[in-house]
Amino acid sequence: MTRFVSAVAAGLATLVVGAAGAQAAETLDTVKERGEVSCGVTTGLAGFSMPDQSGTWSGIDVDFCRAVAAAVLGDASKVRFVPLTAKERFTALQSGEIDILSRVTTWTFTRDTSLGLNFVGTTFYDGQGFMVNKDLGVSSAKDLDGASICVGAGTTTELNLADYFRIQGMDYNPVVFAAISETAQGFESGRCDVLTSDQSQLYAIRSKLEDPSSAVVLPEVISKEPLGPVVRQGDDAWFNVVKWVLFAQLNAEELGVTSDNIEEMTGSDNPSIKRLVGTDGDMGEKLGLSADWAANIIAQVGNYGEMFERNVGMDSPLEIARGLNALWSEGGIQYAPPVR
Amino acid sequence: MAQTPTTGAAAETFRPIAPRPPPSSAVGPLRWARDNLFSSPLNVILTLIGLYLVWLIVPGVIDWAILSADFTGSTRDDCPSDGACWVFILQRLDFFIYGFYPDAERWRVDVMFLMLAAVLVPQFIPGFPARGRTWLGIFGLTLYPVITGVLLLGGLFGLPFIETGKWGGLMLTLVLSYVGIVAALPIGILLALGRRSSMPVIRTICVIFIELWRGVPLISVLFMASVMLPLFLPEGVNFDKLLRALIGIVMFQSAYMAEVIRGGLQGIPKGQYEAASALGLGYWRSTALIILPQALKMVIPGIVNTFIALFKDTTLVLIIGLFDILGTVQAAIVDPAWGRVAVEGYVFAAFCFWVFCFGMSRYSQGLEKKLHTGHKR
Repeated sequence: MTRFVSAVAAGLATLVVGAAGAQAAETLDTVKERGEVSCGVTTGLAGFSMPDQSGTWSGIDVDFCRAVAAAVLGDASKVRFVPLTAKERFTALQSGEIDILSRVTTWTFTRDTSLGLNFVGTTFYDGQGFMVNKDLGVSSAKDLDGASICVGAGTTTELNLADYFRIQGMDYNPVVFAAISETAQGFESGRCDVLTSDQSQLYAIRSKLEDPSSAVVLPEVISKEPLGPVVRQGDDAWFNVVKWVLFAQLNAEELGVTSDNIEEMTGSDNPSIKRLVGTDGDMGEKLGLSADWAANIIAQVGNYGEMFERNVGMDSPLEIARGLNALWSEGGIQYAPPVR
Repeated sequence: MAQTPTTGAAAETFRPIAPRPPPSSAVGPLRWARDNLFSSPLNVILTLIGLYLVWLIVPGVIDWAILSADFTGSTRDDCPSDGACWVFILQRLDFFIYGFYPDAERWRVDVMFLMLAAVLVPQFIPGFPARGRTWLGIFGLTLYPVITGVLLLGGLFGLPFIETGKWGGLMLTLVLSYVGIVAALPIGILLALGRRSSMPVIRTICVIFIELWRGVPLISVLFMASVMLPLFLPEGVNFDKLLRALIGIVMFQSAYMAEVIRGGLQGIPKGQYEAASALGLGYWRSTALIILPQALKMVIPGIVNTFIALFKDTTLVLIIGLFDILGTVQAAIVDPAWGRVAVEGYVFAAFCFWVFCFGMSRYSQGLEKKLHTGHKR
């Protein structure tokens, strides 16, 4: 029986990789021809991808897809958003239903190597953290010995939690819930002292508390969750385009080019800026795009910093600090190769 | 008193005294309460417990939902009270009803709703001419789905094409359940007849179909349709997600429907078949004129039960990333700009489902009464 199952699984895997391979090499042309980027997003996650009251999507994952559309088609609005659940996200990409998966997907070894997919980069460095009630007076996760902790069932979150407490040699009492919203309810009703989840989630939950200032997110991050866009393996031209859209946004922030000053920056004498905005060199052509590809991204969507602040940063209800997501020059780890 | 003779003998005539009203302890709410609520010590205790629970729950609910709720405004700041924030529902109502359907084209969805109402409402009005009702019903089962499909999808007659990815909310729920209901009933009837057929090939095919689809949960059917199917199709062939889901739902429901109807067919006495044969009717005519009308009438509760279950099952399309009304509610309540509105959202979704399911249930009761011809035991 096991042999049969594994044989079927192997057959399916071959089929998956085969299908992915067969899609190769022409996504960029397909997108140009279709006049639309097809982008897989969540079915609703604050700050990352979420429909507003008129059904327009917003969020950092959504803005990244818009940036790709701006670069490839010159118009950030030419994106078709396909809401996907966690389970169907990779199939949708493998089968060609979407061109980019931009759906809070953690970059892991297994996903990168065995699914026929390529991770483009990291749009958001996330990590599992803890949120405690302020009245508890705890300032570090190391003080949490014996605490009762609300956690979502069957997630890596649960496993990371167990690992962390084992390593620290501390005891804890898990209070397990089926869904993240219930976890938040449990925390608020005092079923547990501590709530653990990815940090971005913690901030979203905190913003929904009756009194958001009554809870604090502890500084410790106990796991690495680099979230980023994904494309099909075997289509290097498209992979390059999507990768350099992200790098262009990061470079723009580093060079101080924003959606507000892009007009005057196109007249700049700084050679780095000239190369980026396309007044010098043929960077766009090398990607198979127009010369003003990066200028379009910045003018229509903004640089990385703007995208971050607008959706998840201090300008948004989530109020997540830049932290790891600050540029390397400002204490974070967001670093992009130069446009040269 | 009209019978009282007015002749001179009136004095001798027997005049009955008007009956006295029964004592107040024997009629009215008091008597009813004594009979039903306080008839034994156990019942007294249960009644008191029940009243206590009502007293505990109802005032709180009314206070939350109506008295201290906020109805007007446009943002979270307009919901300062402790009660429900219906402002959120009102603000997002368009999204809950139309999903991502473009603003300028929403009149097409409105036309769909109006036509649906025009088909359904007369069925509930007893005074409406029976012939009109029949024609409306036939229109609803045949032309209406086609017209609506063309209207919603567009691409013809100068209407802009709206991909199904943009459908959502209440509209998607209705599309899914209406198509499911309208298609599952005839397929179910055919399957039920096929399963009772004396032709081995047809019987085997029907049995296999029914048992296969009935043996798997709907959620896995949808999952196969949305996740596995695209992998098996050749490259470039990528047919619509909504269509895949619809086919899955119709297959699944018709298998259930077939079994409900088979129950009705088995309840028909053999004499009916023999009488039909004796009249010289062939298989199709005896089935259509004698057997099915009786069998379907018998299983109305079962059929409507299946419909109601189907209506609620449509929410399962959530797992394949289609936004039915519950999906739109869930996507909207994560908005951090609105704070804690999850309860309001879910109450609203539950209310919508209740309205439709209760409507179906009342309709089936009315239908049973109308078709009641004394066969009931």
